[in-house]
Amino acid sequence: MNIQFRESPEAASTPTTKTAIADCDIHPARATRTELYPYLAKRWQHHLEVYGVHAYQGMMEGPPYPKAQPNASRRDAYPPEGGPQGSSLSFMQKQLLDPNNVQLGVLNPLNTGQGIRNHELSAALCSAINDWQIDKWTSKDKRLKASIVVGNEDGLSAAAEIRERAGDKNFVQVLLLSRNVEPLGQRRYWPIYQAAEEAGLPVGVHAFGFGGNPITPSGWPSYYIEEMVGHSQCQQSALASLVLEGVFERFPKLKMVMIEAGFGWAPSLAWRLDKVWQRLRSEVPHVKRPPSEYIREQVWWTTQPMEDPERREDLFDVIKWIGWDRLLFATDYPHWDYDEPSRVLPAGVSEDNREAFYLGNARKLYGMT
Amino acid sequence: MARHVIAPVDELPPGTRKFLEIEGRPIAVFNIKGEYFGLMNRCPHQGAALCEGPLIGLAQSKDPGEIEYTKLGEIIRCPWHGWEFDIRTGQSYCDPRRFRVKAYAAHVEPGASVVKGPYVAETVTVKVESDYVVVEL
Ligand code: FES
Repeated sequence: MNIQFRESPEAASTPTTKTAIADCDIHPARATRTELYPYLAKRWQHHLEVYGVHAYQGMMEGPPYPKAQPNASRRDAYPPEGGPQGSSLSFMQKQLLDPNNVQLGVLNPLNTGQGIRNHELSAALCSAINDWQIDKWTSKDKRLKASIVVGNEDGLSAAAEIRERAGDKNFVQVLLLSRNVEPLGQRRYWPIYQAAEEAGLPVGVHAFGFGGNPITPSGWPSYYIEEMVGHSQCQQSALASLVLEGVFERFPKLKMVMIEAGFGWAPSLAWRLDKVWQRLRSEVPHVKRPPSEYIREQVWWTTQPMEDPERREDLFDVIKWIGWDRLLFATDYPHWDYDEPSRVLPAGVSEDNREAFYLGNARKLYGMT
Repeated sequence: MARHVIAPVDELPPGTRKFLEIEGRPIAVFNIKGEYFGLMNRCPHQGAALCEGPLIGLAQSKDPGEIEYTKLGEIIRCPWHGWEFDIRTGQSYCDPRRFRVKAYAAHVEPGASVVKGPYVAETVTVKVESDYVVVEL
């Protein structure tokens, strides 16, 4: 029953949090199908009309599974002027930025030009999305910062896009998705890491994407709920690949942000990696240190979705391993699994850690101090 | 316990709901097939305006492959994370022991008794000859 009951209730903008926060995963959407055309050469506009877009996997008319709410978004997030959730700056200000006192909001557009078979089209669409982010969002509200979207399957054109945007204060990170044609440590993606490292920009890896492989390691599942929990499996293999292909070793200043795939699994992945690395390190001599060291030094984690164990001590134990200085608060607005800032962190966290969690870590990582 | 007159009955036909604030609390009143129910319009999970969600039924299964769909139009699904609550009781279906939405009694009273009784008119000009939806709070 994907019907909408009432548009944009006023109740949605009730203030909830007073302390300033950073929101490290916001999804801006396009209001219309052709909203990117002004940023696309005529050649690509015609191409889209005639041929459309071909991704590495089928079922591109919609996402692989219908999501829990229309457009995978909060039902109260339709802008009053129409269009899908997340497509109106003024409504985003009213519903998210103002009431929650968001000081820094990092935009991660999805359904862009990533994971498209035609690499020239992919590059053109990504570049258009980046121009659109400046025009429609970051230049209009200084709290918002954009992620550089790149045609990820063609490392060279992706690196060129990063170099072109490097130094532009509208952008604070490079955006990749977790499902790609190959695991993220593979060589085809190295130019991206090199360019990001040179530019001093973290690389965010957001759950999702159309890589052409089944969306879980054991094939196509029956239910959306399996896709949701599968994001952490996918992120784990991406992270293992980054470590074991030697990406962190080769690019020691590279910073990676794991976005929207949870973090409770991080310690156990690192423990397993360390253990097998001690036994099999001759297979990967380019991995010079225990995998956990790279992970702890070079990886950050956004909080939505936060693990929510019955005992809050369990959550604190995990965070202790990861480090209170490594978590970046995120709402995932306007998506339906949105986390409400005032309700997400259990009691019992020191003032310093709370501040780092909600704002300080993000300001540091994204160079806003 | 004060009783609040919130609408003449013909302003709240079956299948509709009305949102209002009573004594600083956000409340929604539903007319489901002629019965009236009041719920606190705040989700006990993370605080969404719960009653903005769609009214659905209750999907249950005794065995894999057997699905029973009952209580059509009596379950409210939160507009954020989709937690389901029974409109009649405010009971949650994912963790009924820990989570419930505050429910308020709602029913119809004739105008004559409303004018006489211990009522507070919320948004309504009361006329003796009509019937009114009343919420107890
Ligand atoms: S706020 Fe209602 S389900 Fe989360």
